[in-house]
Amino acid sequence: MPDPGDLVPAPQPRIRRWVTLLVWGAVLALLVLVGFGQVRAQQGPVGIGSRAPEFTLSTFDGRQISSSELEGQVVVVNFWASWCKPCEQEARELELAYQMYKDQGVAFLGVDYVDIEKEALAYLERFEISYPNGPDLGTRISQAFRTQGVPETFVIGPDGRVAAVQIGPYESLEAIVAHIELARGS
Amino acid sequence: MRQTLAALLLAGLLAAVAPPAGVVAQAEQPTDDEVNAIAKGLYCPVCENVPLDVCPTLACKQWRDTIREKLALGWDQAQIEQYFVEQYGDRVLAAPPARGLNWAVYLIPPAVFLLGGAVLVGAMRAWRRPPAVSRVGQDPAAEDPYLERLEDELRARG
Amino acid sequence: MIEEIGYSALVLAFGMALYGAGAAAFGAKRERPELVESARRAMLLSWPLISVAALAIIALLVSGRYDVEYVAKVTSSTMPPYLKVTALWGGQEGSLVFWSWLMAAFASAAGLRRWDRDRDLLPWVIVVTMITLAFFLSLVIFVENPFRRLWLDPVGNTVTAFLRPAGARPLIPADGQGLNPLLRHPGMIIHPPMLYLGFVSFVIPYAFAIAALVARRTDDRWIRVTRRWTLVAWLFLSLGLLLGGRWAYDVLGWGGYWGWDPVEIAAFMPFLSGTAFLHSVMVQEKKGMLKHWNVLLIILTYVLVIFGTFLTRSGVLSSVHAFAQSAIGPMFFAFIGITSIVSVRLLLDRWGTLRGENQLNSLISRESLFLLNNFLFIIILAVCFLGVIFPLVSELFTGQTVTVGPEWYERITGPLFAGLLLLMGVAPLSAYGSSSWRLLGRQLWVPGSVSLLVPAGLLLAGVGNWAAVLGFWLAGLVALVTLYEFWRGALARHRRHGESMPVALVRLAGRNRRRYGGYIIHLGVVLMATGIIGIELFQTETQGTLARGEQLNLGSHVLVFQGLTQFNTPDGREVSRAELSVYKDGRLVGQLFPRQDFYIAANQPMTIPGVRSTLEEDLYVLLVGWEPIAQQGATFKVFHNPLVNFVWLGGFVFILGTLVAAWPDRETAPLRRSVQAAAWVSGD
Repeated sequence: MPDPGDLVPAPQPRIRRWVTLLVWGAVLALLVLVGFGQVRAQQGPVGIGSRAPEFTLSTFDGRQISSSELEGQVVVVNFWASWCKPCEQEARELELAYQMYKDQGVAFLGVDYVDIEKEALAYLERFEISYPNGPDLGTRISQAFRTQGVPETFVIGPDGRVAAVQIGPYESLEAIVAHIELARGS
Repeated sequence: MRQTLAALLLAGLLAAVAPPAGVVAQAEQPTDDEVNAIAKGLYCPVCENVPLDVCPTLACKQWRDTIREKLALGWDQAQIEQYFVEQYGDRVLAAPPARGLNWAVYLIPPAVFLLGGAVLVGAMRAWRRPPAVSRVGQDPAAEDPYLERLEDELRARG
Repeated sequence: MIEEIGYSALVLAFGMALYGAGAAAFGAKRERPELVESARRAMLLSWPLISVAALAIIALLVSGRYDVEYVAKVTSSTMPPYLKVTALWGGQEGSLVFWSWLMAAFASAAGLRRWDRDRDLLPWVIVVTMITLAFFLSLVIFVENPFRRLWLDPVGNTVTAFLRPAGARPLIPADGQGLNPLLRHPGMIIHPPMLYLGFVSFVIPYAFAIAALVARRTDDRWIRVTRRWTLVAWLFLSLGLLLGGRWAYDVLGWGGYWGWDPVEIAAFMPFLSGTAFLHSVMVQEKKGMLKHWNVLLIILTYVLVIFGTFLTRSGVLSSVHAFAQSAIGPMFFAFIGITSIVSVRLLLDRWGTLRGENQLNSLISRESLFLLNNFLFIIILAVCFLGVIFPLVSELFTGQTVTVGPEWYERITGPLFAGLLLLMGVAPLSAYGSSSWRLLGRQLWVPGSVSLLVPAGLLLAGVGNWAAVLGFWLAGLVALVTLYEFWRGALARHRRHGESMPVALVRLAGRNRRRYGGYIIHLGVVLMATGIIGIELFQTETQGTLARGEQLNLGSHVLVFQGLTQFNTPDGREVSRAELSVYKDGRLVGQLFPRQDFYIAANQPMTIPGVRSTLEEDLYVLLVGWEPIAQQGATFKVFHNPLVNFVWLGGFVFILGTLVAAWPDRETAPLRRSVQAAAWVSGD
C-alpha cells in the first residue's frame, strides 16, 4: 500500500530527542508521584518508638493545650467521635483510668475527630468525661498521628516517644492501665 | 488487622444509623432545599467521596442540621463553608480552594491544552506537504464504488 | 480438600504461565520453534487449571463453607444460590481469580488462532500475556488467597491462614456476613465481569503491539490482526461503564449516574485512550500514518487498564486508602512501573523501524480531523488523571488533602466533549488526503443549515441555557450528518444496483460494517448526549417532610404521601416502604414506592428510589427519613431528571453499533478455510 513516491523523509532525529525526554520525564514523574503515595499509604499510624508529633488542642472549654507543655509526662491521646459506636465501649474505662492516674502526672487528652460540637458535648456528658477534650480542627492532629479511623489511642512516654498504640477500643480498664504502666516504665 | 480497622470505621459509621427523625418544624426554619443547596457544595468529612446532601449516615444528617442552624442564624454560604473548612479541613469543599498549591489544578488543564495544541500544530506542520492535485470530485456515487473496491482489497489482504 | 485442590491448581497455573513466558522468550531468541510451541501449550493449559480453581471457589460459596474466610465475607445463608455464584467476584480475592481466569481465556483464544503468517509474533504475545497472567496469579497465591481458612488459636484469637497454624482449631462461623447489599443489584452482578472483560481483552492488542516491536515489524499486521479484539474490548468496557452508571442511578440513591469518583474515573481512563486508539488506527490503516502514536496509545491503554484494576474493586465500600494499604498495593505499583518503563524503552528503541508516511495534505482532511479527535481525547484523559492524583499531590506537598469534585471535571471536560461532538458532525463528510474548506463546506451546508432549526426552536421555546442550546445543536448536527451518510450511501447503491432503499441500507451496512457500525455508535452517542444534557443542565430537586395526605411540589409534578408500611423479608431485610401518588399537570399518573431496606446481617441500609420513567423525564423519589410509625410523617427527596432515559436508550444503540462493527465478515470465512486447508496440507 505505501506508494514509494509518497515517502517523506520525516525529520526523525530531532523529533526523537525531545519526544524521548518528554515521554521519559512524564513516565518517571508519574511513577515517583504514585510511588510516594504508596509509601505514604503503607506507613500506617505513628508507631511505637517514634517521636510523637507536636500538636495543639483547643479544648471545648476554651483552653489551648500544646504537646510541648506536656513534655516529661505520660500523655494518653485518645481519638474519638460521637458518631463512633465502638468509641462508647471504652469511654467509661478511659475516664476511670484518668481518675486513677490524674494525681500521678499522667495527662489524658481526648481529640474529637470530625464531629459536631453539640453532639460531642452530649457524648462527653453522657459518659461523664472530665479530662480535656477538643475538636481536631482541620483534622490536623489526626493527620499528624496518621490515624486511620476511630477510636485510636496513643500513649506517649515522658521522653516524648510513643510507648503504646491502641487501634480500636480498649477491651478493658486493665488494658489501659497496662499501656500506661508501659509508658511510665519507658 | 487492616481489615479489622476498616470494619471498625465502617461499624462506627453505619451502626449509628437508625430510623432517623425527619420531622422539622418548617415554619421559621430554613427549608430542606436551602440546606441541600449548601450541602451540595460540601463533601462528607468522613465518608470517601460522598457529597453531603446525599450522604445517608447519621453523622451527615447531623452536619446537615448544623447547616440548618447556621442558616437560621443568618449565615451565608461562604460563611458556612468557611466554618466547615476550619473544622474539617479543605477536603470538605467540593473543589480545591484557589490558594497555594491548588492553583495548579486550575492552571494545569489550560496549560496542557495549549502545550498539547502546540505539539499537535507542530506535528501537523511538519507533515504538511503542498496540496497535490485534489482527488476526483466529491460526487457520492463515484466515491462509493472506489471505497468498496478499497474495502475489498483491504479485506482480501486480511 | 476443595481448598487444597483449588490452591494447587492456581500454583500450577502460575507455574505454567512462568514457564510459558520463559520458554517462549528463550525459544524466540535461540530460534527453537519447538520451545515456542511448548510455551503455547503451557499457555493453553493455564485456562483449565484456573477454571478448576474458580469452580472450587464457587463450590465453596454455594455449599456455605463459612470456615473459608472468603465465603464468610461474601455470602450468607439468606442469599439465593445464583447470588452466591456471582459472589465469586464479590470480593477482592475472588475478583482477582476471576480476572486471571479471563486473562487465561483470552490468551488461549489468541493462542488457538492460525499463526502461520505471524510466527515471529507468537512468542512475544505469549510472553506478554503470560507475564500479565503470572502477575495476577501471584497476587492471589501470595497475598489475597481466597482459600484461606479461619482458625482459633490456643489463646483464643481468630487467625486467617491457608495452612493450619500450630495448635489451632478450625473455626466455623454459623453464618457469613453476606454480599454487600449494594452489590446484589442485577446491574452490579454483570458490571464487574463486563469491566474486567474489557480490561482483559485490551491486553491482547497490547501484546501484539509489543510483539511487533520486538520482532522489528514495520507493517500494520498487529493492528489488522487485533482489529476485532480492540472493538470487542471496547464494547465490553463501554458496557461495563454503562452498567455501572445504571447501577449507580438505580441503587446508590443520589439521583445521578456518574459522580466523577476516582473509582469511576479509573475505569473511564482506559476507555478514553481506547477510543482514541480505535480512531487513530484507522488513520494508520488507510494512510500509514501515526505508527508511533498508535503503539504509544496501546501501551497507555494497557497501563491504564492495570492502573484501573488497581483502583477499582468489586467491594463498593472499600476506600482507595484501604486498598493501597494491603500488600498488593506495592506489587501493583511495581508491576505498573516495570511494564511502563520496559514498554516505553522498547518503543523508543524501535522508533526507527516504525517510519511511517506521515503526510498531511490538508488541515481539514479526514486524517487531520482524526488527529484532532485524538488530541481532545488525550486532553480529557489528562484532565481526568490530574483530578484523580491531585488530592494525593496536595497531601504529599501541603499535608492537607483536597477533594476534586464533579463541577471541576464538568467545567473543563464539557467544552472538550462539545468539541468531540462537533468533530463527529464534520469528520464523516471530510475526505482522506486533499480537501479544502470549500469542498467540505459544500458537503456540510445542507445538514449544517437544517441543524440550525434545533437551536432556533429551542430559543423560541424559551430555553435560555446557552450551553444546552449549543449542545443540542451539535447533537442535532451529528444526527443529521450521520443519517445523511446512511442516506447517501444507500442512494448510491440504489442507483447502482437498483436495490430498494431499505435493502440498500442493510447491504450498505453489511458490506462496510466498521464504518456504518461506527456511525450507529455515533448515533448512540448523540442520544446519550441528549440525555446527559437534559439531566445535567435541567435537573431540579426538592426535599420536604410530609405528614400523611400532605403534598410536595416540583415543577409540574405533585406528590401526595399516602402512608408508610414496615415489614421484614425472608432474605433478612427490614423494609420501610412509602407510598406516594404522583400527579402531573393535575392528572394522576401513578404510584411510587420509594423504600429503605435495612440488611440486618450486614448492618447496612440501602435506599431504593421510586422512579417514574418516561422518555421525557424521570421522576425520582427517595425516602430519606421517617417518623416512628405512630406519627406517619416522612421526608422525601425528589429529583426531576429530564431526558435521562435517552442515556440508556443511547447506550443500547451504542452497543448495537459496536456489534455491527465487530461482526465477523462472512467474506473472510471461505478465505480462512482455504488457508486452513493449505496449512494442514503443509503439515502444520
